[in-house]
Amino acid sequence: MSTVRDGPRPVDPGPGIGPTLAPEPYTVWSRTQDTRDTATLVLAPSRTGSVPAFEPGQFNMLSVPGRGEVAISISGDPGRPGEWVHTVRSLGLATQAIAGATPGSLLAVRGPYGRGWPVDRAWGKDVVIVAGGVGLAPVRPLILELLRHRDRVGRLEVIYGARTPDDLLYAPELAGWRHRTDARFQVTVDAAGREWYGDVGLVTQRVPDARFDAANTVAFLCGPEIMMRLTAEALESRGVPRPAIWVSLERTMQCGIGLCGHCQLGPYLLCRDGPVLPYADVAPLLRIRGL
Amino acid sequence: MSDPVRPITTAELERHPFLKGLSGALLQALVASSERREYATGHSIAREGDPAREFFLVEVGKVGLEIADPDRPPLTVLTVGPGEVFGWSWLVAPHRWRVDARALKPTRALVIAGAALREALEAHPADGYRFLHRLVPILAQRLDATRLQVFDVYRP
Repeated sequence: MSTVRDGPRPVDPGPGIGPTLAPEPYTVWSRTQDTRDTATLVLAPSRTGSVPAFEPGQFNMLSVPGRGEVAISISGDPGRPGEWVHTVRSLGLATQAIAGATPGSLLAVRGPYGRGWPVDRAWGKDVVIVAGGVGLAPVRPLILELLRHRDRVGRLEVIYGARTPDDLLYAPELAGWRHRTDARFQVTVDAAGREWYGDVGLVTQRVPDARFDAANTVAFLCGPEIMMRLTAEALESRGVPRPAIWVSLERTMQCGIGLCGHCQLGPYLLCRDGPVLPYADVAPLLRIRGL
Repeated sequence: MSDPVRPITTAELERHPFLKGLSGALLQALVASSERREYATGHSIAREGDPAREFFLVEVGKVGLEIADPDRPPLTVLTVGPGEVFGWSWLVAPHRWRVDARALKPTRALVIAGAALREALEAHPADGYRFLHRLVPILAQRLDATRLQVFDVYRP
């Protein structure tokens, strides 16, 4: 993993404006290659405007002119205003251009959009966060927020799964989190060579080992839908009530404000009603093939 | 190398979550065929194709279950930790290991001889049913997990 930066870290100039459909130019301040196909960018406003506040779990629309626009979750620290942090996996034309943007280059950003994680529901409760693959990016702000207010939640259990050890995001930060004594981070991969001495298996297989008081727990899940569905089932089998489980869903988002309908999931427009929704509301929808 | 530490008691067997609550008669039948073993990190506990003569209940440490092929490096497909079990081929003919097992940490396990276990489960069928009622969900869960690994849910 390597990080390249463009000058000193930007300073937040003050309160920003709300979300708009008009993109603003941002300069890539740093770029960290997290994995083979995934990079994390720190963006600073190119003009005098400031960076709007955001809720953990919200997303921005990022674009490179001529390459298209995509929804990318905000993965920065909500307690550190003045910059956007986005972790982007290179998949198509737009994400390749964004993830490959070098320090000093410009990106267009609009947002933040959507409803994030209901952090207030965590206060006074045990919290279980389960993330898979790049699903760690949308929960990173949540983790940082809960760690900042560590005294306001009970046990904090984070289970993170990836394809292989090489696909783990935020490796240095993850190592730091795993050394904490006030929270428990379980990391597992689907398969590994002999150089890996950590856990191997699905995140669902780590749920039985998680420590929480099921009746007083709130769970936040982010990853592939099948992973979230099976994790929710594992949590429910341990007694976590379905209404205490929240999931972050993904569909093709285009307008970001609930007008175009591209991100419809049953009665929901995920860009406006989500991406974070109660599992109790969406569980039946996640079983409908092709929806 | 693994070293037998000392004979164990029924109370020690019952302390393992997998055996907890099984009848004293069954545990008594097993105690003479059980021992506690310790493995150093990297120790090869079993290899695919070897006779599967024992059932392992992990108390401490971590064991990696690997698949291997002469043309590829070994691939760990599951790790098993404290409170978990591995090695069930003693139950199913032809009683040969289907994976390699290797200690990934200093590991301590209760080890029960498979032949004695088969005899005890047949001699105590109600307990045998309860035993299998515990083992089969674990196998089913691992089968589900393997299916999802094949599904490669995190693929780009």
